[in-house]
Amino acid sequence: MTVADTPVGTGAPKVAIFNDPKVRGAAIQIVLIALIAFLIYGMVSNAATNLAKAGIASGFGFLNVTAGFGINISPFVEYSETSTYGRVFLVGLQNTLVISIAGIFFATIIGFIVGVARLSSNWVIAKLAYAYVEIMRNIPLLLWIFIWYFSVLRLLPSKSDPINLGPFGLLNIAGYYAPKAVFAGGAGWIGIALIVAIVASFVLSFWAKRRQLATGEQFPVFWTSVAMIVGLPLIAYFLTGMPVSFELPTASRFGPKGGARIYPEFLGLLLALSLYTANYIGEIVRAGIMAISHGQTEAAHALGIRSGPTLRLVVIPQAMRVIIPPLTNQYLNLTKNSSLAVAIAYPDLVSVFAGTTLNQTGQAVEVLLMTMLTYLAISLLTSLLMNWFNAKMALVER
Amino acid sequence: MANSTSSSAAETAFVRSDMVPSQAPPASEVGVIGWMRKNLFSSIPYTILTLFSLYLIWLVVPPLLEFGLFNAVWSGSDREACTTAAQGGIQSDGWVGACWPYIGSYLNQFIYGRYPIDQYWRVNAVFALFAVGLVPVLIPRVPYKGLNVLYLFGVFPVASFILLTGGNITLDGFLLPDAIMAPSFVKFIIDYLVLTAVVCLIGYAIARGTEAPVAPMIRNILIAMGVLLVILLLFATNFGLESVTTDQWGGLLVTLVIAVTGIVASLPIGIVLALGRRSQLPAVRLLSVVFIEFWRGVPLITVLFMSSVMLPLFLPEGVSFDKLLRALIGVALFAAAYMAEVVRGGIQALPKGQYEGAMAVGLSYWQMMQFIILPQALKLVIPGIVGSFIALFKDTTLVLIIGLFDFLGMIQSSYSDPTWASPVQSLTGYLFAALVYWAFCFAMSRYSLYMESRLDTSRR
Repeated sequence: MTVADTPVGTGAPKVAIFNDPKVRGAAIQIVLIALIAFLIYGMVSNAATNLAKAGIASGFGFLNVTAGFGINISPFVEYSETSTYGRVFLVGLQNTLVISIAGIFFATIIGFIVGVARLSSNWVIAKLAYAYVEIMRNIPLLLWIFIWYFSVLRLLPSKSDPINLGPFGLLNIAGYYAPKAVFAGGAGWIGIALIVAIVASFVLSFWAKRRQLATGEQFPVFWTSVAMIVGLPLIAYFLTGMPVSFELPTASRFGPKGGARIYPEFLGLLLALSLYTANYIGEIVRAGIMAISHGQTEAAHALGIRSGPTLRLVVIPQAMRVIIPPLTNQYLNLTKNSSLAVAIAYPDLVSVFAGTTLNQTGQAVEVLLMTMLTYLAISLLTSLLMNWFNAKMALVER
Repeated sequence: MANSTSSSAAETAFVRSDMVPSQAPPASEVGVIGWMRKNLFSSIPYTILTLFSLYLIWLVVPPLLEFGLFNAVWSGSDREACTTAAQGGIQSDGWVGACWPYIGSYLNQFIYGRYPIDQYWRVNAVFALFAVGLVPVLIPRVPYKGLNVLYLFGVFPVASFILLTGGNITLDGFLLPDAIMAPSFVKFIIDYLVLTAVVCLIGYAIARGTEAPVAPMIRNILIAMGVLLVILLLFATNFGLESVTTDQWGGLLVTLVIAVTGIVASLPIGIVLALGRRSQLPAVRLLSVVFIEFWRGVPLITVLFMSSVMLPLFLPEGVSFDKLLRALIGVALFAAAYMAEVVRGGIQALPKGQYEGAMAVGLSYWQMMQFIILPQALKLVIPGIVGSFIALFKDTTLVLIIGLFDFLGMIQSSYSDPTWASPVQSLTGYLFAALVYWAFCFAMSRYSLYMESRLDTSRR
C-alpha cells in the first residue's frame, strides 16, 4: 500500500487525512463496492424491464413444465418426452458427469503412458510420444471433436454390416454395441461379496501398516487385496449358481439387436476429449518424473533397495507431489471442455439445458445461471477434493 | 614390459615395443546397427515395444500421406473431380483422396468470410499493419520497443477498426437528455466537454485531498481526454470507405480479430485483477478472487452463451451490441481471468526484497508497481502470456457454436455447398483446418520456448 511521508521523531506524524493509508484504503473500497453495487443494480433493473417487455416471467417455475422433446442418451435417469425441464437438467448433468468421468479415466491412462514414453530411452517410442503431443496440443479441441465424429466415425460400416469384435460386441456407424450383463436372482450376493472384499482390503492395509510400524515386518497387501477383490465375487458367482450372463448383440439387416448401445456422439466426444487431454497429462507426468533428481534413485540403490521398490516407494510418491496440482487442473479442464458436446449434439448439460431448454423457454438468466453455477460447483468440489488429497501427499516440512 | 629398456627390447624379440593398435569396435556396437541395438532393441520387451510403435506409425502415416498427397486431386472445377464413378464423378471405384481444388476455390472465403470481394485490400492492409507491428516486437534485438508497443496497442487498433468497419460512425451525444438538446454532432462535443470538466473536477478534488500537485493531474487528464477525443473523431471521419458490417466478416479474419482483441483487452484487465488479488484491502481482494474464480470455473461456451443471450438483457433499452462485439466481451472477460493468474504467477515469483527496496526508496504503491514490480513480473511471464494466447487462439473456434463464422465455422458452412459435395469433402476440409491451426500454434509455441530459454538466466 501507499507509503506515507512520515517525518522522523516527534511523536505521531501529522498526515493529511487522505494520505492516511487506512482512510485511503477504506475510501477506495467503499467507492469500489458502491460502483459494483450500482452496476449490478443497473443490470438487474434493465433485465427486469427487458424481460417484462418481452413477456417472459422470471423465476424457476419453468422447471416443473413438461419439456416435450426427446433425449436419446440417458443411461441412469428416467426420461421421456413428458418429463419436466427439471428432469432435463438432471439428464444433462448426468451425461456431463458420465462423459467427464469416462474421459478422465482414459485420459489418465493414456497420459501416463505418453508421459513415460516420452522419457523412454527407446528412440522410436520417445519420438512417437513427442509427435503425439505436438499434434494433439496444436489443434483445437473442437476440431478434434469434428474430426472424430464427422470424419473418422463416419467411416465405420453401415448398420447392417457391423465390425464383429467377437466377445466385445459389434461396431458400426450407429455406435458400439457392447455385451450387456443380464442379472438373474442371487446376483446381489456378488455385489455384496465385492463390497466385503473392498472393505476387507482397507482393513488389511490399515492393519499391515500398523504392524509394519510396530514390528518392521511387511505384508503383501497389494496382492492379497487383488486376490480378495477378484476372488470373493468369483466364489460368490459360482456358489450362487452363475446368475450373471452376458447378452451379446447380434447383427441383423436392420442393425444390431440386443447388447448395450453406446452412441457415436459419446464415442466421438470421448475419443476427442481423452486423447486431447492425455497429451497435457503426459507433459505433466513427464515434468513430474523429471523433477525428481537422479540422486534420489541413487541413494535408494545405495541403501540396497531394488529398482521396483525404488520406483514405487521413492520416486513416484515424490513425483505425485509435483503431478497432482496440475493434474487437477486438467481434470477440471476436461470437465469444462465436455461442454463442447453441444457441437455434436451429445445431450450434456449445455446441450440440452443451456441449449434446447433455453431456446424453448426463453428463461436465459435462470438457465444460464443454473448451468454456470453447476459447473462452478463441480470445479470447486473437485478442487477441494484434490486439495485435500494434495495436502495428504504434501511434504511435511518442519 | 615395464622394466625392459629399449636395448633389451631389441634382444628379446617376444616383447612388444609398441602398443597394439586398438581394434575397431564390433559392428554390432557402432554405427547404425549399434545405435539401433542400443536405442531400439536393447531387450526383448523393448523390441516388442519398438515393433509395436512402428506398427502404429505404419497404421497412421501411409494412409494419411496417401489421402493427402498421393491419391489427392489437385485440379478440378466441381464435385465431379472428387467423386467416384458411382457417385457421379470421374474417379475409379474405391478411390479416397483429398480434394484440394475445393479448398482452392474456397480459400478466399476461409480467409475473409463474406467480406465484399472488392474490399479485400482493406483486410490485407490490416494483416500487413499487424505484421509490421508484431515482427519487430517479437525479435528481441530490434530497438525502439516502446514506440513499437505504442504502435501495436494504440495506432494499430484504431487503424484496423477504421479499415475493417469503414469507420464513419455517428457521434450524436451521450450525456445530456434529448429533451434539452436534439442529438447532433454539436451535442456530442458539448457532452464531451461537460464530461471532461467533471473528470477534471474529480481529479482536482483528489489532488487537493491528497496534497498532490494539482497542475500535473489536470494536465494528464486533459491529455488523456484529448487523445480519446481525437480517436473518436477519427472514427467519425468519413474516409470514403464502404461500411462493412461485422456479419459479413468471417474466416481467418474473425479468428484473428477475436484472438488478438481478446489478448490485448485481457492483458490490462488481467494485470489489474492480479494486483487486486494480491492487495491488502479485503474488499478488493475478495472481489478479484470471486471474479477470477468464477470465470475460471465455468466453460467458455457458457460464457459465450451468456454474452450472446444474457448480455442484451442487461443493457438499457435502445442500446444494442453487435454479435461479434458481444462475443468479444465474453472472450475478453474469460481470458482476463486466466491472464490474471498468469500475471500473478510472475508477481509472486519476485523476491520480497524487490518490494522492500521499492518501499525503502519511498515509492508509492503505483510507482512501485509501475517501475519495479510489473516490468520484472511481466518479463517473467512472457512464455505464459504466449501460452494463454495459444489457448485463446484455439478457443476462438467455439464462437461457431453461437453462430459466428470463424475459420473453422467457414469450413463447416462450406460443406453445405452442393458444388463440391462429396464423401471426401469434410475430411479434406478438416485436414486443411488442422494443418492451418497446427502451423499457427506450433510456431507460437516454438517462439514461447525460445523466449523461455532466452529469459532463463538461472541455469547458466
